[in-house]
Amino acid sequence: MSDMKSMSDKTPSSPERRHFINAATVAAGVTLVPGVMLIEVAHGRPEDQAASSAVRWGMLVDATKCATGCDECVSACSTENGWTPVAESQHKKQAPQWIRKLELQDPLTQLETNLPMMCQHCAEPPCVDVCPTGASFKRADGIVLVNRHTCIGCRYCMMACPYKARSLVHEPLNDTQKPDVPRGVGCVEACTFCVQKVDRGDGTTACVEACTAAGHNALVFGDMNDPESEISKRLRELPTKQVRADLNLNLGVRYHGI
Amino acid sequence: MAGKIKRLLALGAVVLTTAALAWAGSEDQPKAGGAPKPVITKATKGEHCVEPNDFMRRNHMKVLLHHRDETVLEGIRTKKYSLKECINCHASEKTGSVAASKDDFCVSCHSYAAVKIDCFDCHSTKPQGSMAMHPLNAETAHYAHKLAAQANSKVSAEEMAGVAQ
Ligand code: SF4
Ligand code: SF4
Repeated sequence: MSDMKSMSDKTPSSPERRHFINAATVAAGVTLVPGVMLIEVAHGRPEDQAASSAVRWGMLVDATKCATGCDECVSACSTENGWTPVAESQHKKQAPQWIRKLELQDPLTQLETNLPMMCQHCAEPPCVDVCPTGASFKRADGIVLVNRHTCIGCRYCMMACPYKARSLVHEPLNDTQKPDVPRGVGCVEACTFCVQKVDRGDGTTACVEACTAAGHNALVFGDMNDPESEISKRLRELPTKQVRADLNLNLGVRYHGI
Repeated sequence: MAGKIKRLLALGAVVLTTAALAWAGSEDQPKAGGAPKPVITKATKGEHCVEPNDFMRRNHMKVLLHHRDETVLEGIRTKKYSLKECINCHASEKTGSVAASKDDFCVSCHSYAAVKIDCFDCHSTKPQGSMAMHPLNAETAHYAHKLAAQANSKVSAEEMAGVAQ
């Protein structure tokens, strides 16, 4: 119960949070229509403006809509971010997995659940706590990243992450990287919430686009601080869970139907 | 903005004038007083670089370093001093890259000056939208990285440091 309470304190619908958002948008500027302005804060950040803590990017996974056998989100991520799909990797156990598809079955009821698992973009990320160089960090808008310039590849963060979300690049990539997604040997990496797309103002991620395009609509991405965003509305309506909520990490990815 | 970037290219051509005696390149390589000089190809885009050539030759690493931290840590994505923009203008017409062959923009000077860089361990050496990055359709998209790998002619770390020459 106390868990529930502390969670609800942090939900976007809390009046306090809403109040804060309104204050933030007013501070940011200009607009005539409040709704339009909120969208601008969330999606139209000018390129010279730093990511702001007025925004918290998050994702809602509706496991009841996630289809058996579908891996559209996984291949879209691999394409967008340039990592080799596990099936093609020569060293499958070491293969990068920014997002992976899980199929679960309840041993008692035989109920099957499908869901994608990736970095949960914890508000209190253990991977950041343990990093000896400060390479693992949380950006102001809640996206947890690895600064590859300072990562020494020690892999403490891989050990610390409860969600097995991180992987190390073991082999030189020989210039196969995407221009927008630098990644390289000896560095740890994980889901970035498509930070290159977010900064471009797309307001969505490759996996969400792919899931929607495939007609499953199991994923919603957006600003959890904006009470008017689609994700906030859905979070208000649908009961959702955080995986291993007992760890109290305040996750950026919420699951419905698990 | 694009115009400014061009100037960057020209900038790359000039390097320290100290002797690089061991550096022996191809026949068409420019020479000054008998000593070989790095090949500095003109940028494929833009009128001039974002700063005067002299400044960039000496300080490109400083502005890149500063910009890199702003981009990675804060998400500031301005084009000026962005490595991606350098590559967009300076990728050679022949290889489509700034570091695939030894006459390509970054490698040429860096082997001459014997300064090893590891930028391209992680960063793509090719501009966005080049052939290697052409989006394939959904079924085959995950093969894109394989095609890109085939299209590459690699330059080894030794070559980049100039020691192989
Ligand atoms: S899910 Fe793992 S990698 Fe992602 S922020 Fe949390 S601890 Fe870090
Ligand atoms: S592998 Fe890199 S990001 Fe992870 S803890 Fe070590 S230095 Fe930090």
